Amino acid sequence: MTGVDDVLALGDDALIAAQRLAEWTTNAPELEEDIALANIALDLLGQARLLLTYAGELEGEGRTEDDLAYLRGDREFRNVQLVELPRGDFADALVRMLFFALYQRELYDGLVIGDDARLAEIAAKAAKEVAYHVDHSTLWTLRLGDGTPESHRRAQEAVDRLWPYTHELFEGDVPREGWLAAVDAVLAEATLTRPSDEDSRFRPTGGRKGVHTEHLSYLLAEMQVLHRAHPGASW
Amino acid sequence: MYGNDIPEQPGTAGLLDEVAAAERDLAGRDHDASADPTAYFDAVIAADGKIEPRDEMPEAYRKGLIRQIAQHAHSEIIGMQPEGNWISRAPSLKRKAILLAKVQDEAGHGLYLYAAAETLGIDRAELYRLLLAGKQKYSSIFNYPTLTWADVGAVGWLVDGAAIVNQVPLCRCSYGPYARAMIRICKEESFHQRQGYEILYTLATGTPEQKAMAQDAVDRWWYPSLAMFGPPDTDSTHSAQSMAWKIKRFSNDDLRQKFVDMTVQQAGVLGLVLPDPGLSWNEERGHWDYTQPDYDELFTVIKGDGPCNRERMAHRQAAWDDGAWVREAAMAYAEKKKVTT
Repeated sequence: MTGVDDVLALGDDALIAAQRLAEWTTNAPELEEDIALANIALDLLGQARLLLTYAGELEGEGRTEDDLAYLRGDREFRNVQLVELPRGDFADALVRMLFFALYQRELYDGLVIGDDARLAEIAAKAAKEVAYHVDHSTLWTLRLGDGTPESHRRAQEAVDRLWPYTHELFEGDVPREGWLAAVDAVLAEATLTRPSDEDSRFRPTGGRKGVHTEHLSYLLAEMQVLHRAHPGASW
Repeated sequence: MYGNDIPEQPGTAGLLDEVAAAERDLAGRDHDASADPTAYFDAVIAADGKIEPRDEMPEAYRKGLIRQIAQHAHSEIIGMQPEGNWISRAPSLKRKAILLAKVQDEAGHGLYLYAAAETLGIDRAELYRLLLAGKQKYSSIFNYPTLTWADVGAVGWLVDGAAIVNQVPLCRCSYGPYARAMIRICKEESFHQRQGYEILYTLATGTPEQKAMAQDAVDRWWYPSLAMFGPPDTDSTHSAQSMAWKIKRFSNDDLRQKFVDMTVQQAGVLGLVLPDPGLSWNEERGHWDYTQPDYDELFTVIKGDGPCNRERMAHRQAAWDDGAWVREAAMAYAEKKKVTT
């Protein structure tokens, strides 16, 4: 199956998700959570590095993970919009992680048995990490949804705000049914309700074609500033 | 493979050997409570043994340790900020991953240390409260800003280097939980220090702009790092009692000298200049002579008027305040689960 753009898309998802999540470092509500969020960001960054390296090899023009991460403009990034949205509050972070980790679980489950051996290998490694991300975000969705009235309100707002962006995850080969069933089970136990698919025609998309929200350009400006200031330097 | 072309740093292997020796010592100790608790305390201290949480101990010993361990824990937590400042802008994905892992380790060190302090009968929430109220301090060094990427290297090399020199003797301190935490922490810190050294080595052997960036960072971090060892022995308030109780093993000035001797050699390998024209080898003493830090500046920073004191505290306060509803949710949820199961 695999084209450069497909692999770039997966690598960019992981890279941009990691960059956002890392913004929590020193800002988490508990020390334990500083550690957990940094840990998950590190896992995602590790996935991004493997995927971008592979994409560079497929492309065959000698571009490294760093060339791809630091020297592409925002119209060249292939990530879904969900992962580039601003950091938000803790409910945003954990609900987004729930949606994204459950998607990655479906994705990697498919790649592990797919015919691209290299992707299967990357997916097998990543699947173990994603299982942990799913656990962590599930637990927090339950705590926030079924915690206090304030945390319930915030968690519900995060679900409502992020839901429209989840449609873009399923424009490719990953089936939505398994994901939807898993999300529904967690939200139900967390006493949260998800928007019905009929409720809104707002279904943002375009990330896979390099059409993003206004947020990505700022994220990249920050991420790339130093690398771009010293062309050709080693770090 | 990462780091294979980086030369060895003189002076660091000995420190790690000391950590390993402290760990071996620890394994051999037997804990034997005696009929007379006060005599027991004195005997354990005299015999270089370990005081454990349930042992009787003088109130001043307990309070002093709480103060010292808490300050140490707070330093780990506040110390995440200057380095965390560069995670989003790290110049390669490898460096970003290393830095993220390092800052995560620091949070872990904070956790060990808060846990060690809790064995003395105080809880973490109370220690946070004291930090945020300005009643407990953290290391003055973290009130300096990280202005360039090279600062991340300088913090690793100099600040972590100074921390290790300071902390290795604590691996043998008389309070068991603190000594054991320090053994774990020193091993990880020495790894971080090595990474900082590698960042600087890469910059110092890179483009002229990179080398200038490295030198500038060393120029700004050298004296604050020297000041980390505290005031000169003539002005130090806690020293005598800490020495007698074997919490502290060497004086501020002894440790500072050890750090200077090690660092001068390493700077030579890096090809960077330490910003002290007074550095010269003293054949008679067998040590490097150096110019003392500006202790007035140190006290200004300790009293809260350094470059970043206000920002560091405001950042910690904001994270704590913004997280209140999350902590409340976690508690409410735990309560519900307790009732239903």
